[in-house]
Amino acid sequence: MFAPPDFNELRQWIFRSTEEDVRSALNRDRLDIRGLASLISPAAESFLPQMARRSAWITNQRFGKVIQIYAPLYLSNLCTNRCAYCGFSVNNTIPRRKLSLDEAEAEATILHRRGFRHILLVSGEAPRALGTDYLEELALRLRDRFAALSIEVQPLDSDEYVRLFRAGITAVAVYQETYDREVYARVHHGGRKRDYDYRLDTPARAAAAGMREVGLGALLGLTDWRTEGLALALHLQWLRKRFWQTAFTVSFPRLRPAAGEFQPPFPVSERNLSQLLFALRLFDHDVGLILSTREEERFRNGMVGLGPTRYSAGSCTAPGGYGRPEQGGEQFSIGDHRNITEVSNALIAKGFDPVYKDWDPEFQAASSSSSTYQLRSAL
Amino acid sequence: MLTIADKNFTSRLFVGTGKFSSSRVMREAVEASGAQMVTVALRRVDLTNPQDDIMQALDRDAVQFLPNTSGARNAEEAIRLARLARAAAGTAWLKLEVTPDPRTLLPDPVDTLIATEKLVREGFIVLPYMNADPILALRLQDVGAAAVMPLGSPIGTNQGIRTAMQVRIIIEQARVPVVIDAGIGAPSHAAEAMEMGADAVLVNTAIAVAGDPVRMAHAFRLAVEAGREAYEAGLGRRSTAASASSPETGLLNADLDFIQN
Repeated sequence: MFAPPDFNELRQWIFRSTEEDVRSALNRDRLDIRGLASLISPAAESFLPQMARRSAWITNQRFGKVIQIYAPLYLSNLCTNRCAYCGFSVNNTIPRRKLSLDEAEAEATILHRRGFRHILLVSGEAPRALGTDYLEELALRLRDRFAALSIEVQPLDSDEYVRLFRAGITAVAVYQETYDREVYARVHHGGRKRDYDYRLDTPARAAAAGMREVGLGALLGLTDWRTEGLALALHLQWLRKRFWQTAFTVSFPRLRPAAGEFQPPFPVSERNLSQLLFALRLFDHDVGLILSTREEERFRNGMVGLGPTRYSAGSCTAPGGYGRPEQGGEQFSIGDHRNITEVSNALIAKGFDPVYKDWDPEFQAASSSSSTYQLRSAL
Repeated sequence: MLTIADKNFTSRLFVGTGKFSSSRVMREAVEASGAQMVTVALRRVDLTNPQDDIMQALDRDAVQFLPNTSGARNAEEAIRLARLARAAAGTAWLKLEVTPDPRTLLPDPVDTLIATEKLVREGFIVLPYMNADPILALRLQDVGAAAVMPLGSPIGTNQGIRTAMQVRIIIEQARVPVVIDAGIGAPSHAAEAMEMGADAVLVNTAIAVAGDPVRMAHAFRLAVEAGREAYEAGLGRRSTAASASSPETGLLNADLDFIQN
């Protein structure tokens, strides 16, 4: 199992970096973890243009002039966890609802009609109300109409991931939120999510179950973003070595105002986020980088081609929000309100091709036991 | 420090024992190389004979004895040889070689994978000789290889690291040590492999057939140390951009003005 990184040690790597270390890191053919520490350090802030150039060049070489497009589909905001930063937290008084399978299918149909072929199924963590049976049934209903179905729900057990993979789920996103164990304990007040280790081990379980893609992430704003980013990179590096058949993506959601009293204790600027994204691209040339509608239109437009590879569009973060946008119950408020056509047109204007379909359900039908030689001993 | 299967090595040069003019020269060359891992072809030694020339020439307290299955044409033959070696020599270490083509001695990827999986299950510490195929390297690691030994170029060619692009990928992805085996004809080749980040190199012919094998062994020792030192020191990037300020993408500083502080 991946050993949680020692935050104090990582902090030292970062904050002892000098401009000389940054120049040396930028001069290397391949960035190692210490080089990454230098590039996300305060000493590297004045090198942002050089980092952007390198990141843009690598991203162009590896991904070309395309941006993948997806939309989240919120299934339920029922949640048994108490998380200080989240609008779905059990003690927040918001309208609660869980979509029936028919309602979920209706929402998916709306997204399909709008042109989406990759959707991310999202829910709060309430396993008894919305568990593997529900997700399996929904995947079976949707798999023929969508090229890719990802989930961002509660962490599941290995056999559940195997079932969902067979039902047509292609990818699993599960964000650690924070890799700092102390901060993790401080912001997760109740519920099954309090188990740091079970969550940390989840990407490995999903990969071992055969998932094509696994998404990592950290919520920026809970603790020092630099150390958080470095810890996530270590996790990514560990997973890559063991699950070489799995593609990985990374998302750095910045905390935005949500229901409840929570204000991010360590605010993160766009400049900070940019530095982190560029540095991570230099560290891992192939990782998918997601920039969601949490970020504003201006920022998302500017970042096209510089590192991110996947954008959400036209998102609503309330269950049932595509059919009935007025009813409330959002997880967080979004920063980019454009619809899929507007986002696509902006990409095209910048010389990029918005890609809706980048997978095919046929792969999965033919290879549902493809994970037989993935490294199981890593678990 | 190099660690393979919980055993530590301070030397990153492995040597072979074939082709030397005598056991005495071989012994002196091994000493001069500083090697702590020495491979011996099972077909060349009589493990049941304590007076065997080659085995006598090796100080088994100073070096890890690494029997190899040179000559095996398929998995079955290699496995039989391995069991024999373990019974007679009392070591579970094994350099697995499966080479069906006696002309090129290129390794058979399919039977190498099959034999590795079986031998690991039987408790062997298996170091498979392989072509520089990154996916094969991963598959061998998945079934429990203790290290992987991709070739630099076909054995005996002295061509150096002709598989460099593939070897780089193997090294980048590896979670066990990567030992470059075969094709290393000069100390500069060994240094190149080490600069690329290989964990060790295995050299035999280039030492054994040199004008002065003992001095050549010493030269390889220095080259391996120099290459490793350079790798750890961090080599500069071979760049197409003349300086950090020359744009690689046409991106100008002003293009980042959209980012808010």
